[in-house]
Amino acid sequence: MEVIKPVSQYLAVLLLSPLLPGVINRVKAMFAGRRGRPLAQLYFDLYRLFRKTPVYSRTTTWVFKAGPVVGLGALLAALAVLPFAGRPALLAFEGDFIFLIYLLGLARFAAVLAALDTGSAFEGMGASREMQFAVFAEPAFFLGFAALAHITGQGSLSGMFGSLTGDLWRTAAPVLALLTASFFIVLLAENSRVPADDPDTHLELTMIHEAMVLDHSGPELAFILFGAALKLWLFGSLIACMVLPRHGGLGAFNTALFILVLFGVAAAVGVTESITARLRLTKVPYMLITAFTFSALALIFQMGR
Amino acid sequence: MLLALFSLLILLFSSVLALCLRRDPSRSQDAGAYGAAAASAAGLIPAVRVLLTGVTETVSFPWQVPLGSLTFTLDPLAAFFLIPLYLLTGLSAVYGVDYLKSYSGKKPLGLAWAAFNLLTAAMVLVFTAGNAVLFMVGWELMAAASFLLVLFEHEKQQVRRAAFIYLAACGTGALLLLAAFSLLGAHSATLDFSSFPPPGRAAATAVFLLALCGFGLKAGFIPLHVWLPEAHPAAPSQVSAVMSGIMIKTGIYGLIRVLGFIRPWEDWWGWALLLLGAVSCLLGALFALAQHELKRVLAYSSIENIGIILMALGLGMVGAASGAYTLAGLAFAGALLHVLNHALFKGLLFMGAGAVLHAAGTAELEALGGLAKRLPRTAPLFLAGSAAACALPPFNGFAGEFLIYLGAFRSLNSPGSAALAGVLSGLALASAGALAAAAFARAGGVAFLGEPRTERAAGAHEAGGLMLFSMRALALLCLLAGLAGPLLLVPLAPAVAAGFGFPFASAAAEAAAVPLLYVSIGGLLLLALAALAAAKRRACLAGKVPAEGPTWDCGYAAPSPRMQYGASSFSQPLTDFFQPVLRKLGQYPVIPEYFPGRASFSAEAQAVFYNAVYMPAAARLRDIAYRFSWIQHGRLQLYIMYIVVTLLGLLLWKL
Repeated sequence: MEVIKPVSQYLAVLLLSPLLPGVINRVKAMFAGRRGRPLAQLYFDLYRLFRKTPVYSRTTTWVFKAGPVVGLGALLAALAVLPFAGRPALLAFEGDFIFLIYLLGLARFAAVLAALDTGSAFEGMGASREMQFAVFAEPAFFLGFAALAHITGQGSLSGMFGSLTGDLWRTAAPVLALLTASFFIVLLAENSRVPADDPDTHLELTMIHEAMVLDHSGPELAFILFGAALKLWLFGSLIACMVLPRHGGLGAFNTALFILVLFGVAAAVGVTESITARLRLTKVPYMLITAFTFSALALIFQMGR
Repeated sequence: MLLALFSLLILLFSSVLALCLRRDPSRSQDAGAYGAAAASAAGLIPAVRVLLTGVTETVSFPWQVPLGSLTFTLDPLAAFFLIPLYLLTGLSAVYGVDYLKSYSGKKPLGLAWAAFNLLTAAMVLVFTAGNAVLFMVGWELMAAASFLLVLFEHEKQQVRRAAFIYLAACGTGALLLLAAFSLLGAHSATLDFSSFPPPGRAAATAVFLLALCGFGLKAGFIPLHVWLPEAHPAAPSQVSAVMSGIMIKTGIYGLIRVLGFIRPWEDWWGWALLLLGAVSCLLGALFALAQHELKRVLAYSSIENIGIILMALGLGMVGAASGAYTLAGLAFAGALLHVLNHALFKGLLFMGAGAVLHAAGTAELEALGGLAKRLPRTAPLFLAGSAAACALPPFNGFAGEFLIYLGAFRSLNSPGSAALAGVLSGLALASAGALAAAAFARAGGVAFLGEPRTERAAGAHEAGGLMLFSMRALALLCLLAGLAGPLLLVPLAPAVAAGFGFPFASAAAEAAAVPLLYVSIGGLLLLALAALAAAKRRACLAGKVPAEGPTWDCGYAAPSPRMQYGASSFSQPLTDFFQPVLRKLGQYPVIPEYFPGRASFSAEAQAVFYNAVYMPAAARLRDIAYRFSWIQHGRLQLYIMYIVVTLLGLLLWKL
């Protein structure tokens, strides 16, 4: 019994995560006065892509094909340490968030190498920028976890979010608010959303993530899209766990509330995308430095508390 | 222990043999390589045994040298350093047989093999010496042998310059170490390590500073690193692998040994190591990102990794000062584990760079590209080594850094300055990791992927069988060490106990066992999930024939290799951001017309510390020395008179 629950949670994440991009798109469509794509569009896309025959560039090697496979594998492994609605994850151990950060790094490394394998100037450009933003995002992310570990006194993600109670929000609201803001900025940058990147364009020179996957098609593109949805779930649920304190309510109710909050995070991403313009490329590091500052302030407040 | 001495003898014997057979390159190659491989096999046995039993073995012979004795001590700490030493030198020797073949007849291979085996023997001596005089003999032999190897391609002006800078660094370091050991043994009858009396506070601080600078010049952390990015790329690749993989670690080993002699530690020592290490790992990764030559990228990455090791040592010392044994033990264990891991992946990477150099005749990143098609066996090995160097799971780099992170996070809830130390080192580790990932994605991506940028890269060929064997063995070790999890604690715990004290070892073993187990479970899970994804892809593609075409360049029909992103364009956003630190030189094209014709662009990474600090200092030193040049006139009789006068003076002083 003990194993069944985390496994079923894990499978639920795989099933539900493609909904999140749908929510973002619906919110954006509402702001633009359109009806928008169906909520389940990504499921249709994935189904279609899995059946397609891919096209490979003659320049590419096995690295190009391995990139999406390794990237998806890394994200799937990262989800194994991610708690679900405050309940322990499949794997929970001291320092598992470091494992998570480095798995995201592995996914990025694989994507960047696959992009460079095409020899395309556009994909090289995207790869270069992806790496640049990671340099600024990772320290912010790391410090955020340090503050979270300090405030909860726990060493694992499941422990941290399991002991994040309403009391903590009453006593240390500034710290948690700063952390939420910091993680939200990192979410925007890591998931290539406006204002760091624009998921809708891939023919402009500001593109980053979309440019890296220009040459991918068929099942490989499906892997990438699915991986992106999983990554969005991952970051979104970190924030959802943060703003939704634990309480001893009913299990099913908790789960429903968690998923609702997660959709709320996705909606917030959609709103942000609708009301802000994309930043100039050279300004994106400063946005991430802001996130870093938020995390650092949170840590300082917490250590001085 | 006797087997370790036996391996030492094999090395010395094969070294002489290689020199004697120098007229016949292939036989001298055989003598050198077989000797090194046999010595590795013989030497690994006692090292593993000592690590498993935890028993220190000592052998002592009389020696006529004043204050010296032929005392060899093999404790778990030395054994822990001997393992990567033997692994790496043995595999490098095997690699060297193929690598040096193309130099046959053009270069004195006998001399090169003699120097290589002498270098190995000297390092064995350094790790097993139980007496300061013996240690210094090994230390100076190591410098001399590696100097010869750096000079391998002495017809190049750049190589001669590199070797000269290296020699100066070695000499300065040795002088400082002589002073440190003299201070330590001032009140002792011999200079045996076991007989050093605990020094006074002032003397301890002096010894610490001397040892930090003396060993630092070998370890190559910033700002004592200037020789490293010059000398490592100049040497033949299998020698670069040994120099970067294990020779610079002798500096770390020496520092740990001396730290053991000068307890109790002052509080600020740990902070000094921590800050120096943090600066080294950040700047090392940043400089690696700006380099244009593959082996220079790797050399700067070595500075980064030495920085990580030093920072972990410092974190441990800060933790030890505030009584946080778990934190300190984890940091010490992480530092030692990273010594092993770095030796494995950096050896692999330098061998991969050597394969590139061998195949394309150049390691300039902007001249490479598309090598994954031309070196299909080397490419995955190099990329795996890159992933390990970026500490990406499931490879070994992650395990060592993970222990340091664990220590850093344990510090958060401990009192005093340890928390600050933990946050700082964790932050430096995270930032350096992201920079290193950028540097290695750039190096591996530009060299191996895409289209070849020059004819030379297009005509490259696969590395030889022995070269591939060594690289495969190292890559496999990288993966196994990454998945070994708690098994890593079996050799680590006795090494930490021997180097720092038993309480640290037991605390670290207790705290790290479960997380390390999960790390290896996570690594296996990652491999399983990636295999699952690969199986899904294969199932999707079953029965379909993928189409082929040119790379999609947004509608542009004739993309050329010159349009690819190159090494400097890949790193430009980051290097521009950090320009105040990097101070790279460059010329950007100015476009004055609507239809510009030719344009040129150049970017050059500078040796910032060498140009801004060492050159002016050396110039001033030369000016001062010039004023005293009348002392050095070249008349031998007068030189002998100097010696006599000095001796007389010492005699009178003693009376």
